[in-house]
Amino acid sequence: MIFEELDIVAFCAPLQWAAVVHLEETLLNIKFSSRGSTLIAAFTGELDHHFAEYARNKIEGELLKATTRNVIFDFTNLSFMDSSGIGVIVGRYANIRKLGGRVGIICKNQRICHILEISGIVKLIPVYESLDFALNALISA
Amino acid sequence: MQPINEMKLEFVSKSSNEAFARVVAAAFVSQMDPTLEELADVKTAVSEAVTNAIIHGYENRYGTIMMICRQYDNSVEIEVTDEGKGIEDIEQAMQPLFTSKPDMERSGMGFTVMESFMDKIEVKSTPGLGTTIVLYKKFGNQN
Repeated sequence: MIFEELDIVAFCAPLQWAAVVHLEETLLNIKFSSRGSTLIAAFTGELDHHFAEYARNKIEGELLKATTRNVIFDFTNLSFMDSSGIGVIVGRYANIRKLGGRVGIICKNQRICHILEISGIVKLIPVYESLDFALNALISA
Repeated sequence: MQPINEMKLEFVSKSSNEAFARVVAAAFVSQMDPTLEELADVKTAVSEAVTNAIIHGYENRYGTIMMICRQYDNSVEIEVTDEGKGIEDIEQAMQPLFTSKPDMERSGMGFTVMESFMDKIEVKSTPGLGTTIVLYKKFGNQN
């Protein structure tokens, strides 16, 4: 209901509003694929505290599969992340490292990259510009 | 100084309202013709402040959060207030990586992110009564 009302507001408002008032775009979705023993978790939408638990459970579920060793967090199409995302990444990083796996992040969004930098997470986990770079680095190591 | 424009929003401490609050704040701020970068800065900081109220102020219990946005010439002031637990030691809470909830995978970066994306932040808190976070942002800084 609320979504429909806000869409009407967006329709009547100046063009720039269209960028901010679509609440359904705030929903998080994670798609999984794999290359050998590397799991790629591709995020779309927005990763905040509300979706942190969903993200945690989805990824942990995939990690239980015996073939998974390394994980790449692909944030190419993630439009928003706040510090709740850091908790999700660090928590998974700890579990993956325990099992001898490696972790990489793909990030292009400046703001998300900045949050990764100020949190210090980039000292633990390498950040790449594209999936190819990330896969090459994880596979060759 | 009198604000040119002002709005007040009250909502319950549900985590789904984090996205709602940041979208509303962004819609208010968009009247000031900000860049997309500035708009995203505001969304990120509001998200942190509201998350703080839900997790730390109300500890995931039911409560009311108030957000007031005030527009001045080329700046905005956003107040996020809860009537929750309050913060005993504000200085400690604002330290990067400090968290009272490591078991919940909280990074302890909330205030650092707010400070990083806004021009100034203020935290007022009384233990037992609640917390107010005030976020300030000036637009057109990059020119």
